[in-house]
Amino acid sequence: MSFNNTDIAAFKDVWVFCEQRQGKLMPTDFELISEGRRLADELGVALCGLLLGDGVEGLAKELGGYGADKVYVCDHPLLKNYTTDGYTAAICQVIEAYKPEVMLFGATNIGRDLGPRCAARLHTGLCADCTHLDVEMNNYKSFLKEASTLAPEKIEGMDTAMVMGEKHDVSRDLKMTRPAFGGHLMASIICPRFRPAMATVRPGVMKKAAFDQTKADACEVVKPAFELSEDDLETEVVEIVKAAKKLVDLIGADFIVSVGRGISKDVAGGIKLAEELAAELGGVVGGSRATIDSGWLSADHQVGQTGKTVHPKVYVALGISGAIQHKAGMQDSECIIAVNKNDTAPIFEIADYGICGDLFKVAPLLTDAIRAAKAAR
Amino acid sequence: MKIIVCVKQVPDTSGKVAVNPDGTLDRASMQTITNPDDLNAVEAALKLKDETGCKVIVVTMGPPPAAGMLRELMARGADEGILVSAREFGGSDTYATSQILAAAVNRIGVESDDIVMCGRQAIDGDTAQVGPQIAEKLHLPQVTYAADIQKTGDTVTVKRMLEDGYMTIKVKTPCLLTCIKELNAPRYMSVGGIFEAYGKPLATYDYETLKDDPLIDPSTIGLKGSPTNILTSFTPPLKGAGVMLEGADKETCEKLAGLLSAKHII
Repeated sequence: MSFNNTDIAAFKDVWVFCEQRQGKLMPTDFELISEGRRLADELGVALCGLLLGDGVEGLAKELGGYGADKVYVCDHPLLKNYTTDGYTAAICQVIEAYKPEVMLFGATNIGRDLGPRCAARLHTGLCADCTHLDVEMNNYKSFLKEASTLAPEKIEGMDTAMVMGEKHDVSRDLKMTRPAFGGHLMASIICPRFRPAMATVRPGVMKKAAFDQTKADACEVVKPAFELSEDDLETEVVEIVKAAKKLVDLIGADFIVSVGRGISKDVAGGIKLAEELAAELGGVVGGSRATIDSGWLSADHQVGQTGKTVHPKVYVALGISGAIQHKAGMQDSECIIAVNKNDTAPIFEIADYGICGDLFKVAPLLTDAIRAAKAAR
Repeated sequence: MKIIVCVKQVPDTSGKVAVNPDGTLDRASMQTITNPDDLNAVEAALKLKDETGCKVIVVTMGPPPAAGMLRELMARGADEGILVSAREFGGSDTYATSQILAAAVNRIGVESDDIVMCGRQAIDGDTAQVGPQIAEKLHLPQVTYAADIQKTGDTVTVKRMLEDGYMTIKVKTPCLLTCIKELNAPRYMSVGGIFEAYGKPLATYDYETLKDDPLIDPSTIGLKGSPTNILTSFTPPLKGAGVMLEGADKETCEKLAGLLSAKHII
């Protein structure tokens, strides 16, 4: 079977690489399947999961519950643990055989290792760390109207793009939008000449659909043929160690209290106040890049472009100035409360409620006031 | 044994970032720095040089001023610099960039006990794609997100970070590793190093130098060789102005708690 990556019409269906670690699906899988469902519907094609591992067939149906019509399962002892070489070999063989037009990966530490390797082998385009995807032009234009400062006439003229000196109709291309330059700019990328169009998608951004048992039962499991031998594996996984400390779950949190450079005069005290406020709200503590770079909080607490993207119900920023790279990770929170001594801090530009004051005084007062307000109900 | 480190000069996005009216980055008004993760890759290479006396070659693709960055890295201890620069290479996306850098590495020559290193990702694009794509083009095994690197004979043992822990991976040379900031603390330039840097070889590879490599073809490099195209770039709008509360005392906090409660937010 020949594989011609420029024969656009020969490619169809939307595929999602479904990552599992130690036999457990990752939360990102469900987000991507849910998002992939929407894209497949816009294209009028099937949505398929691609699951690799050893004895993982049993995980496939659950993916159906979030919208996958089909799950391709590559079961092999050499695929038990993730290796770049083993997974790339299997995935590229299956893609060459089945020709999906879109291939999505979660932008996890594994997805960002695997995606580029596969794209380079298949000679196609890959857009990193996407935060928004569209196919249908009206949806894409509505998104731009809301999320950009582009002039309306520019947005209306977006149906075609100049590609290799010629006008190209982008209506069936995947429009992959991502932040660049630390979140200062957004860019929409297309892969017009090659298939599959590939993207890694930032975890925590796409919304997970509700699980549907009927769809799970209807999901078809396919076992594609592929070849893999010991000789294909040049890397050896000696051990996999889980972090001993329980990592803070920023992405799943409804309430986040983050601290920034403003706690520098009493780091331990500032973190304690944030923890107390977070406990009262029923949430967790996060931090700006400064707090992680200074070693005040561990890396799993980091909110921002280089950390986690969060959209909790309430985001409290204590002593965070609001550098664009921080805002990129939290500006979609439903309600933002900022406390900062400097009334010109950029964080106030995006805050729903701002208090100009010393966090060491305001945070405990706010904790008390919230406790009292809850008790009064 | 030698270590080839791929580095990139980037605009300093941690400071003030200027955007042109058309939504592109105003690079001219911005400071340039060596990409932070790349400094960790250089440091990892220099540490191996300290232990084994191996040679360290730094390679960058970029406009001619990027040569200044290579001199700086030679002042830190790198032995040679190679600037990959040509008009034909401009407009490359990660795929095309990796083709060109892989051809440059081929030109230097990868021997059985060599290592190619990169930073995990550059702060301008944040893609983390060029490292793995160079590895693919060179048919080298890769280990990304390296937080510790130990070399014994031809075996490299890498602590590869995951979000929820790490993997220990063994790989034989030649291989490609991408480095993260947890790996080390980059050293500074020394006075002696700065003095010596100008005596060290710095070569330029242009289109003529690399054109005979099978990876270099008009259809695989530059804007025309890039599988991805930018449809549009834009700046996000500011969120509608919120409310600045008066004061910063008990009363202020009670008012805020009342507002949150009334809106059923808490």
